[in-house]
Amino acid sequence: MTDALGGHAEVIVIGGGIMGLATAFNLAKLGQKNIVVVEKSYLCSGASGRNGGGVRAQWSSETNVRLMKESVALCSEFATQMRINVWFRQGGYLFVARNDARAKDLEKSVELHKAHGLRTRMLDAKQAKEVVPELDASRIVAASYNPDDGVVFPWPFVWGYARACAELGVAIHTLTEVRELLTEGTRVTGVVTSRGTLKAPLVINATGAWSPEIARMVDVTLPNHPHRHEICSTEPLKPFLRPLVADLSNGLYFSQSMRGEIVGGIANDHVPDGLNQESSPLFLQLYAQALTETMPILGSVRVLRQWAGAYDITPDGSPIVGFIDEIEGFYQICGFMGHGFMMAPIMGKLVAEHLLGKSTDPIFEHWNLRRFREGKLVPETMILG
Amino acid sequence: MSDKIMACRCEDVTVHEIEEAIARGHRDLESVKRYTGLGTGWCQGKQCARLCAALLVEKGGEPPSSPITPRPPYRPVSLAHLAQLSLQKERGG
Repeated sequence: MTDALGGHAEVIVIGGGIMGLATAFNLAKLGQKNIVVVEKSYLCSGASGRNGGGVRAQWSSETNVRLMKESVALCSEFATQMRINVWFRQGGYLFVARNDARAKDLEKSVELHKAHGLRTRMLDAKQAKEVVPELDASRIVAASYNPDDGVVFPWPFVWGYARACAELGVAIHTLTEVRELLTEGTRVTGVVTSRGTLKAPLVINATGAWSPEIARMVDVTLPNHPHRHEICSTEPLKPFLRPLVADLSNGLYFSQSMRGEIVGGIANDHVPDGLNQESSPLFLQLYAQALTETMPILGSVRVLRQWAGAYDITPDGSPIVGFIDEIEGFYQICGFMGHGFMMAPIMGKLVAEHLLGKSTDPIFEHWNLRRFREGKLVPETMILG
Repeated sequence: MSDKIMACRCEDVTVHEIEEAIARGHRDLESVKRYTGLGTGWCQGKQCARLCAALLVEKGGEPPSSPITPRPPYRPVSLAHLAQLSLQKERGG
């Protein structure tokens, strides 16, 4: 891929991850022409190819519950619409609480979920054990369970969007690195890439953990920062584990993929901030200790592979979405706290509508970068890892 | 015929599936891996990566400068064994 790039586009999307591709796809579907996606590596190389594939509507903030309810619905239609098997399995999410304070938090969220028509309910330890008989229930006091949450296999999800983009005429250039953003006065006018210069009046920064680096090219300081998150998968087992199990106290989560593997991760506070996609033995230790305490039966199961990806962390746990006030034509869709994958189906749709003047969703006010300047933060607490 | 030839025995990826991935525009080994799932099973690509790389080049893909990124552990290790590690004092929780 060394042929030169040049010319004019209407829209340039930086980042060929799920968020950039979902946005490009929805823009094209709404009739937007001449969209170019530039990706510095291969598709699935970043967080979109490295996450656990969890898709849930159980959140603590009204906005996330509302949006993720729609995103889960979009996931269940994805395979037929995109004609690709994404291994979607709705086995639910089981959030376990190990003390009364945590149980109270979950109860509060469950009330919110019910108000939004979700089937989430509180379970006591015995009921949780009915959902996952292998759990060591002596360690938990309660759990919240939504049977409609689920997991997907991330890779085909990315390919599905990429193929649909290509069919709608979106140009996707991989191995094409953005080195400079072009501006005239206070307006963005294009990008200089490793393969040439592309001009466009609208540039979308969908680079996740890499987004502060891109924004810095036009002297915009984004408050988000990258943080390594590790994950691993085991040998495949006969299907036995229905929900994804999550523990907010230590960030442990694990599920059984449609391929049979136990896929999971855990928070690791010992990791310094920064872009780092290397894996560590300490992660395996922390994960194995927490997992075998929660599910002792898994002790004999072997880990096959571990890897790492970059979470894109914001100070208040909510994303950064919308135009930057200072630079006309420069749009951000980043800061998704390691949950961008599951939010991409709905965010791609809403952002495309917003860009074409067809959405007045309040997120475009609440999640704009300017909230940090105005001190109007939007907290979300059900973050895993 | 190529739909009967296994390239990645762990993940049941056939030569035909790799040819199809290349025909769909996946020109490098990392992309073909992520499209077909080759090399993500029991042997982690130790048996199939070479064959797949050769096929890729034969079909006009990019010659890989290195094998697919090797993922630890080198051999499968049980969770019970990993839980015995003491690299860092276990955190309370």
